[in-house]
Amino acid sequence: MYRYDEFDHAFVSGRVEQFRDQVARRLSGELAEDAFKPLRLMNGVYLQLHAYMLRVAVPYGTLNSRQMRMLAHIARKYDRGYGHFTTRQNIQYNWPKLSELPDALADLATVEMHSLQTSGNCIRNVTADHFAGAAADEVADPRPYAEILRQWSSVHPEFSFLPRKFKIAVTGAERDRAAIQVHDIGLHLKKNGHGEIGFAVYVGGGQGRTPLVAKKIRDFLPEADLLTYTTAIMRVYNLYGRRDNKFKARIKILVHEMGAEELARQVEAEFAELRGSELTLPESDIAAIATYFAPPRLAPRAEGWANLAQWKKADPEFARWVQQNVQPHKHPDYGMVTISLKPIGGIPGDASDAQMEAVADIAQEYAFDEIRVSHEQNLILPHVALADLEPVYRGLVAAGLATANAGLITDIIACPGLDYCALANARSIPVAQEISNRFGSPERQAEIGELKIKISGCINACGHHHVGHIGLLGVEKKGEELYQITLGGSGDENTSIGEIIGRGFEPEKVTDAVEVVVDTYLGLRRDPSETFLAAYRRVGPQPFKDALYGEKTVAAA
Amino acid sequence: MADKVLTANRLSDGTSVWLDAAGNWNERLQAAFVARHKEAVEALEATGRQAFADNQVVDVNVIDVEEVDGVLRPLRMRERIRAEGPTIAYAIGYSGLAATAA
Ligand code: HEM
Ligand code: SF4
Repeated sequence: MYRYDEFDHAFVSGRVEQFRDQVARRLSGELAEDAFKPLRLMNGVYLQLHAYMLRVAVPYGTLNSRQMRMLAHIARKYDRGYGHFTTRQNIQYNWPKLSELPDALADLATVEMHSLQTSGNCIRNVTADHFAGAAADEVADPRPYAEILRQWSSVHPEFSFLPRKFKIAVTGAERDRAAIQVHDIGLHLKKNGHGEIGFAVYVGGGQGRTPLVAKKIRDFLPEADLLTYTTAIMRVYNLYGRRDNKFKARIKILVHEMGAEELARQVEAEFAELRGSELTLPESDIAAIATYFAPPRLAPRAEGWANLAQWKKADPEFARWVQQNVQPHKHPDYGMVTISLKPIGGIPGDASDAQMEAVADIAQEYAFDEIRVSHEQNLILPHVALADLEPVYRGLVAAGLATANAGLITDIIACPGLDYCALANARSIPVAQEISNRFGSPERQAEIGELKIKISGCINACGHHHVGHIGLLGVEKKGEELYQITLGGSGDENTSIGEIIGRGFEPEKVTDAVEVVVDTYLGLRRDPSETFLAAYRRVGPQPFKDALYGEKTVAAA
Repeated sequence: MADKVLTANRLSDGTSVWLDAAGNWNERLQAAFVARHKEAVEALEATGRQAFADNQVVDVNVIDVEEVDGVLRPLRMRERIRAEGPTIAYAIGYSGLAATAA
């Protein structure tokens, strides 16, 4: 994985010392809140309901065991013994003291981690497919390009004060596991007819109060032009993006108002000006970065096949876990392991310091020291030999991390919601917990099959509800919580925004409503291979409306 | 007029606090000084502005509460959760789910 060079080290330590000075001046009263707030936000420090919150970047979701141990240390020393992995492949701590944050950041810097650009109107942490470098369907590893973008965008003077935040996602596979079509820029790595590597470029996707699917503005961008073309997009956005209204400031609104064709024309014009400039990436630079991401040397471990068959026969729970949480790797003797952070009835995305340590131990011993954070709020071990799956599983069981539910109805995404978040209208976590308990039995989950529930506590949509197969949005009505249900959303290569199905449900009724939706699906699917999403796309919303609100409902309010 | 109390987050550690009758920032809502008429509310607001300017607290707000059987209960759930903590058992040793939150 990428290692800091001297410049990176000096830069990050320098920023920590600056922040230490800023915090000291704030605490002494020399700096007022209005002056300090933008400074703390540039360092990923928010104020929530009960305390400050620290958001630490995990670039493209990749970390090693040393870094994971440091995340555990931060949880233990500066927080209440846990952290929350987020849909942007970051981790958030909910209880740090402002006065101790400079020390926490200094500790993070020792393992090449920081919280820069995790907030503010800049280019945020670049996210990528969590199976990068391991997936069988991959054209190329997206992370070298994400790293190039990270280096280029870090304190980029022209793009540090954009009209609004800016999120870039990269995938290198046919199956989109990075939700690129709901990002400001989505990059899809592919090969052209000559076998050359480049990108399909999507612009203007996003969630929040105005959910929009990105538009493809270029079919094939040669890899050498990655920064040139991205700069052209950023310039057009910086020039025309609206600064008069925060709610209309994202690039998606510009694409919507200007039209994708006109935007593409402007970008191409800027690109033509810039092309061939120093932004062009020499092949040698790309190759140099790519070496950091070279896959581990995976020796043949063919004995794993026989072992696996035996273990599965001996232990049905192990078999279920393999079936659900292990996916095929490029190398036939290996698998990609999803560590579920969704225990039945638990808090989606939360992990205790002890669990983080356990994952670090397992990664070091069995998984070439590589860990990923997925945007579905799980952890991933991308390279595990089939012959090692049994001990890995035992280790995960001991740490309470072996829930066999990846991709199933209890693998729920939920934002912090009103339990923590100052912007929330309603709670998300207790809703997730109740649904998880209701559907928790392995048999029932298996019968239902792939179904993604995503929950946000307000329209900002941090919990991705717009792209949930079933999305739940918390609103506040007359001082009470209410949950709106959307159906048919999806955040993959066939992205769609869910449709609001009707009036909302009170907290004590929302799990029943979800159950009605699920039972309706089970009743109308053609056969068990027809997933919820496929069935919904075939039949549309009406059968679900009828079931929820009674027959002959006209489009409910 | 609903009864009101003054709340904020302490600058140094972000902890939620309420202004008590002695003029201190207290970590317990139940210790809060309750303003029941216009002049008292104005006094709270002035105190809040001053404390913010003095860099003691941030995010200062006057919020609505009601007193039920001698227990203060904020009208908005957001404020109940601020007073009682998350409603979930979020970490070992922290159980959440307090009396006035529901
Ligand atoms: C203090 C807590 C948080 C605050 C104040 C916050 C704030 C916001 C706001 C204001 C937006 C809307 C942006 C827009 O529409 O222009 C947003 C979107 C988003 N946030 Fe958060 N958020 C918080 C926590 C989180 C967490 C925990 C996650 C991950 C689980 C997250 C991930 C996202 C994502 C994925 C989006 C939607 C994508 C987009 O930008 O369009 N945020 N957030
Ligand atoms: S969706 Fe709303 S409630 Fe949830 S974390 Fe984002 S801002 Fe907070």
